Amino acid sequence: MNELAITVIGRDRPGIVADVAEVLARLGANLTDSTMTRLRGHFAMTLICVGPAAAEVETALAPLAADGQLLATVRAVTPDGETAPAGEPYVMAVHGADRMGIVAAMTRVLAEAGGNVTDLSTRLAGTLYVVVAEVELPPGTADALGGRLAEAAAGLGVEVTLRPAEPDLL
Amino acid sequence: MSGAPDVSNPDPQADAYVGLGDWAPETLGAGRVIPVVSAPDPVLSRPGEEVDPTADETVQLAADLIATMRVSPGCVGLAAPQVGVSAQLFAVDVTGHPKTVTGHGVFVLCNARVVEATRWKAGREGCMSVPDLTGDVKRASRLVVEGALPGSGETVRLVTDGFEARALQHEIDHCAGLLFLDRVAGAHAIYQRKVYL
Repeated sequence: MNELAITVIGRDRPGIVADVAEVLARLGANLTDSTMTRLRGHFAMTLICVGPAAAEVETALAPLAADGQLLATVRAVTPDGETAPAGEPYVMAVHGADRMGIVAAMTRVLAEAGGNVTDLSTRLAGTLYVVVAEVELPPGTADALGGRLAEAAAGLGVEVTLRPAEPDLL
Repeated sequence: MSGAPDVSNPDPQADAYVGLGDWAPETLGAGRVIPVVSAPDPVLSRPGEEVDPTADETVQLAADLIATMRVSPGCVGLAAPQVGVSAQLFAVDVTGHPKTVTGHGVFVLCNARVVEATRWKAGREGCMSVPDLTGDVKRASRLVVEGALPGSGETVRLVTDGFEARALQHEIDHCAGLLFLDRVAGAHAIYQRKVYL
């Protein structure tokens, strides 16, 4: 079985998900993990599929991209299997006036502490920029990291909080 | 003072409750509508100063917060930092809101603090100072809050729940320089406020 990483991005319109998923289903490509969301009027899909060869999927998606409104890429990836969590789950929230380099500076501080970002989203609303990242931290490092994040945030003129993620187990 | 505790009362909070009494917003006098500031205004991220609840300027600001809240559609609470004043003072009114369980009507608290917070629940919040976004935030759904009433300066200890508890925690956060953005549950817990054009 081939594991494929597929991205589709383009101007949002009704039916993008249906069009792409239909092609994949017809080829017997099984959709596993994916995110599909609208980003400032562009619709972006990132998905992992298991099934046919990459070239076959690329050819089948080509007609969707023919009008120049959608861009699709397909590449074979090596299945890594499930990775165990690297540490304790935390949520970092950053907000402040938009400027260049907020994500770069804050995630560099996380990376230097051995933190692994598992999910991150950003929003620009007017002049307000918001970053929320879920990150796994090496055990016992959160307090010191919080201090370094606060320093980095002060340098950027933004606010940061780092809190333990609280999963609701029902 | 007799120091004997009332052991017959099984709920220690019940006799701790000190309600609004005969306090009414009319005692504050006329309020002015003040422009509401939006993030990333730095005043929203600064911890507010404690106020003297009996000072004239506190009473005036309390009246202004109520006046501004009343002209703002859907507004159930407004804190001093949201009108550009870095102070621990906020107005709340959840009357008539469909999510309200317990409600104390219109009131203003000075220097409020959370005494007890239990039964945490996630819920979607918005904010007049973050007009384009909403977010999922976990808040206590049962809350005991202590604060002073503007004018008399009398200390009250309110026990509340549900939506009013959420509103109070949101406003107390404002007074500490925090926005709901600082408490969102995760990377997918922030949403663009939906506007149908």
